[in-house]
Amino acid sequence: MERIPILKMGPFLLVTIQVDMHDRLAQTLQDDLAERVVKDGSRGVLIDISSLEVVDSFIGRMLARIASISRILDAETVVVGMQPAVAITLVELGMSLEGVKTALNVEKGMEILQRSLGVETGGDENAHPEN
Amino acid sequence: MADKDKGKLEEILRKYESELLEQWMKEQPAAGTLRRDLLSEDDLRRQSSEFVHLFRQALAGGDLVDITAENWQPLREILASISRSRAQQGVSPSETAQFVLSFKHPLFDRLRKEHGKDAEGLAEDVWVTTVLLDKLGLYTMEMFQQSREQIIAGQQAELLELSTPVVQLWPGILCIPLIGTLDSERTQVVMENLLQKISETGSQIAIIDISGVPAVDTLVAQHLLKTVAAARLMGADCLVSGISPQIAQTVVHLGVKLSDVTTKASLASALDLALRTLGLEVRNRQK
Repeated sequence: MERIPILKMGPFLLVTIQVDMHDRLAQTLQDDLAERVVKDGSRGVLIDISSLEVVDSFIGRMLARIASISRILDAETVVVGMQPAVAITLVELGMSLEGVKTALNVEKGMEILQRSLGVETGGDENAHPEN
Repeated sequence: MADKDKGKLEEILRKYESELLEQWMKEQPAAGTLRRDLLSEDDLRRQSSEFVHLFRQALAGGDLVDITAENWQPLREILASISRSRAQQGVSPSETAQFVLSFKHPLFDRLRKEHGKDAEGLAEDVWVTTVLLDKLGLYTMEMFQQSREQIIAGQQAELLELSTPVVQLWPGILCIPLIGTLDSERTQVVMENLLQKISETGSQIAIIDISGVPAVDTLVAQHLLKTVAAARLMGADCLVSGISPQIAQTVVHLGVKLSDVTTKASLASALDLALRTLGLEVRNRQK
């Protein structure tokens, strides 16, 4: 069965969505991610959707759900690289993905994850939480 | 319409073309069609002589009733171009129509002299020409109106383009100064431009400055909130600046929830906040 690969980068998980999402694939990704977060004890999940050009309300809801699940499992979720058209569509659908952190690209998304980790462990003095 | 009448009208015009033109030119300033501030006398003379000339040719062509017929084509074209140029110059509609209508007086004068005691023939010719000139006058008005509408449509398109510039204030900071009334169409363009620019430049902060927006109603506020939400989804923070005291009161009065959005009174304070968020500061070098 078709799956979206989940890469482990230190304490974080990296997911790059490069194919058209359909409902089944989204469901599988959600299951896989939940499992991997628990198995690897990950502290953050980064989802890169820069190649995603079409979204519907289901995909939007899936993103929100992944974020909620990860939060319960003590992992922060950051969605990065959303296309302008996708952002407009989601807003028009009335889904502003409350509670999901966003960043412009993978690099900035990683920064956010590292910062949130730094604050929690008290390791990084200069880090300030994302408001 | 008898053939001899057709011939007669055309004959009169051909015989007295230059006299008619002279008399018409003399009368036009009084009729108010010569706007010396906008139109030179040479131009008016050229237009008038073209009109008389083509009017005669059209009469020779046959159809004296329907000005949409083929023999009127050259005259219609020249009238259209005259109307267009006058619309652009800012001549008023009645002055433009008067240009054609003022030709009646010299023409009727001439007809009266030619017909002499033949009252019936005179009445008939006058009737034919007056109907024709009225139609031509109306046609001129129509063309005038059309070119005015074209000008307005062009200006609207230009405004839409002009009104939505996205400027980069600093690497990582975009600003979109909104000026004028916001409607859904414009807000859509604004939103698309802003998001496009965010993804192009990878900017982290976007400042929406509404100093130039005269009024904010619930619709405008909702559009603003949508834009802010879309920018956030892409990973950029939006600040709204330039909120005047009146607008602040209106927004609260309307019960719009702007509390999720960072708002600043002036663009300067928004820029200050943006710089600080990026970890930058502006210092006075003298100190």
